[in-house]
Amino acid sequence: MTDFLRGFRDQLAGLLAALGGELAEFGPTLVRAVPALAAYVLLILAIMVLWRAIARGLAPRRDLRSLKTVTFGDESAVRSSRAASVISVVVIFLVWGAFTGSALVPAFLHVPGPFTGEAAFTYTATAPDGRTDDAEVRIVVHPFGEDPQVPPVAPGAGFAKDDVFPVPALRNELVRVDLNDELGRDEGAAVTQVDGRAIAPGGEVLLDWGRVGMSPRGTLNVVPEPGWQMEAIWLPPPEDVWDRLVGIASDGYQNFTLLEHLGYSLFRVVVGFALGALVGIPLGYAMGLSDWFRGWFDPIVEFMRPVPPLALIPLVIIWAGIGEVGKIVLLFLAALWIMAIAARAGVSGVSIAKVHAAYSLGASKFQVLRHVIVPNSLPEIFTGARVAMGVCWGTVVAAELVAANQGAGKMIVTASKFQATDIVILGIVLIGIVGFAIDVLMRLAENALVPWKGRT
Amino acid sequence: MSGLTLESISMRFDLPNGSHVQALKDVSLDLRSGEMLSVLGPSGCGKTTLLNIVAGFLAPTEGRMVLNGHDIAGPDAERGMVFQQGALFEWMSVRENVEFGPRMRGAPRADRRATADRLLESTGLKDFKDKAIYELSGGMQQRVALARCLANDPDVILMDEPLGALDALTREKMQGLVLRLWKETGKTIVLITHSVEEALLLGERLLVMAPRPGRIHREYRLPFAGMGVEQDLREVKKHPEFAERREEILSMIWDMEEEIMGHGEDAA
Repeated sequence: MTDFLRGFRDQLAGLLAALGGELAEFGPTLVRAVPALAAYVLLILAIMVLWRAIARGLAPRRDLRSLKTVTFGDESAVRSSRAASVISVVVIFLVWGAFTGSALVPAFLHVPGPFTGEAAFTYTATAPDGRTDDAEVRIVVHPFGEDPQVPPVAPGAGFAKDDVFPVPALRNELVRVDLNDELGRDEGAAVTQVDGRAIAPGGEVLLDWGRVGMSPRGTLNVVPEPGWQMEAIWLPPPEDVWDRLVGIASDGYQNFTLLEHLGYSLFRVVVGFALGALVGIPLGYAMGLSDWFRGWFDPIVEFMRPVPPLALIPLVIIWAGIGEVGKIVLLFLAALWIMAIAARAGVSGVSIAKVHAAYSLGASKFQVLRHVIVPNSLPEIFTGARVAMGVCWGTVVAAELVAANQGAGKMIVTASKFQATDIVILGIVLIGIVGFAIDVLMRLAENALVPWKGRT
Repeated sequence: MSGLTLESISMRFDLPNGSHVQALKDVSLDLRSGEMLSVLGPSGCGKTTLLNIVAGFLAPTEGRMVLNGHDIAGPDAERGMVFQQGALFEWMSVRENVEFGPRMRGAPRADRRATADRLLESTGLKDFKDKAIYELSGGMQQRVALARCLANDPDVILMDEPLGALDALTREKMQGLVLRLWKETGKTIVLITHSVEEALLLGERLLVMAPRPGRIHREYRLPFAGMGVEQDLREVKKHPEFAERREEILSMIWDMEEEIMGHGEDAA
């Protein structure tokens, strides 16, 4: 027993040490994000001040709110500013475009891109006997993937000869400047200066257009300035994502059309949710109306509710495989407990006065259920349905990431394996739009079917 | 025989901690058909329990209740109920609420429409019949509750502080309406209230109940409900006998409350 405890103590100590190491590792990354966040907050405040000034000038306010002197802390005085929402979305696209060099964003807003074009530096080689000689190296920095024409150069005088090298933008390139020298590395000579500044293995020299480093073996490493823009492989510009959308919408991706990818995901959600509601709502009613059923299912429901549906994926795959059945079972389980709890809360929430009133108006038990308990529980059930649909949508995407032939999640996980970042971003945006649309539709249905919700 | 009779109603139940509560002890009462009875008493005197027993929502441990010659067991449409608030069905319109009782009993649509229209007219809700419940003020909602109860044509109407949640002005108007409906329909009414003034104005008979155990302390026969049918309620309140009775009952209930507080301190 003490051995077990000691072993456990050691394990715990090891774990805490490892977690501490993780914290130390990503802590500096977080710190580096602070200036960007601060800049964003300052931008928000600056635009706010600017917008307020413009709005005041355009249309002076005359409503009650403008006469309130206490607005900070008065919840009723805080309305979502539509202008802020619009500007916020525009800013997201502007930032996205600025950091990807998008053609949709005016060029003066672009953050500095990578250096391209011709550059040059001189190096000084020192021969074993102490003689030194300078030579010029011309660097042609070209967009990645292009094969530039490199003009020939005259070798020049001295034992060190002039060179020319192509280097792709956003990459670095080891250049053997000594290969054409009369006295190169093999003859015992070494590069000792770049542009007149001393350099040694492991060191580097900063230049206007980038930097030149030196490898441990003495080879120069040319690193053109990468700029602040992101490569399409990390973050494609918005127009690339749009072009992808147009392309995939007509040609499909991975043997399925875009409509099929989204349609299969939605189909799984709708069927899984419908089955969950079909079983969960009667279960919730039984729990709300009978103490025996309440007692019987309470432990099951209360245990299953906090289990994230995603944790069930491995078990569902083992039991039902990766076909449609497994996914629908998973979504059924995701919706079931939420709907059961919502229906139970709806039944328990009926005021006893309403039930008494119905009985003393001559209603039978069945009539009380049909005309009082069921309608009274609808608002709770709708709230549950909105939550359940949201959870189901999240769960289906995750399940498709793990295993599926088609679906929104399958589309983006496949794209990520091919580094097709534009499709990944497109997929995320589409998943967000569908999820938002589901919620809006549920809210519309709620307003139409239970208009009395929240008004009693 | 016609009317409502309670014979030695007692109610006593156990608490989880082993002690028991004597909610009512030996309450007997004879109510003629068409009588209006108001019931007053400090909190905890069992007046709501008594009403729930007559309504059939609670079973007494002893005693017998007879309405028009048959025993009472369980809720029934013959005993209508008006609650303080929150007992209307928000998912139905005003008219659907009023039609609820006849609909449950399977009355033909045209009949229940006619009944609802007549009652909405006499409660002043004619222009609101297609409104939703949550669009009405508290006073209007209680008018709907009255109309809904009357639509079922019950023999007895039980009212559990029906005007308790209304503001003073609305409450006075509603008292006039209750009196008028009582006169027009000739229903037997049992009204529970916290307001001594309301009990005096509306009750032909008035029971003052006392707590621990809940029992009838004193009974009055009053002329004011009869007067109120003919003249303005404000005039009735100015009557010297009204003021005298009000002070008498107020001090009676005051004393009971004091006694309860004393008990509370002893217990602590």
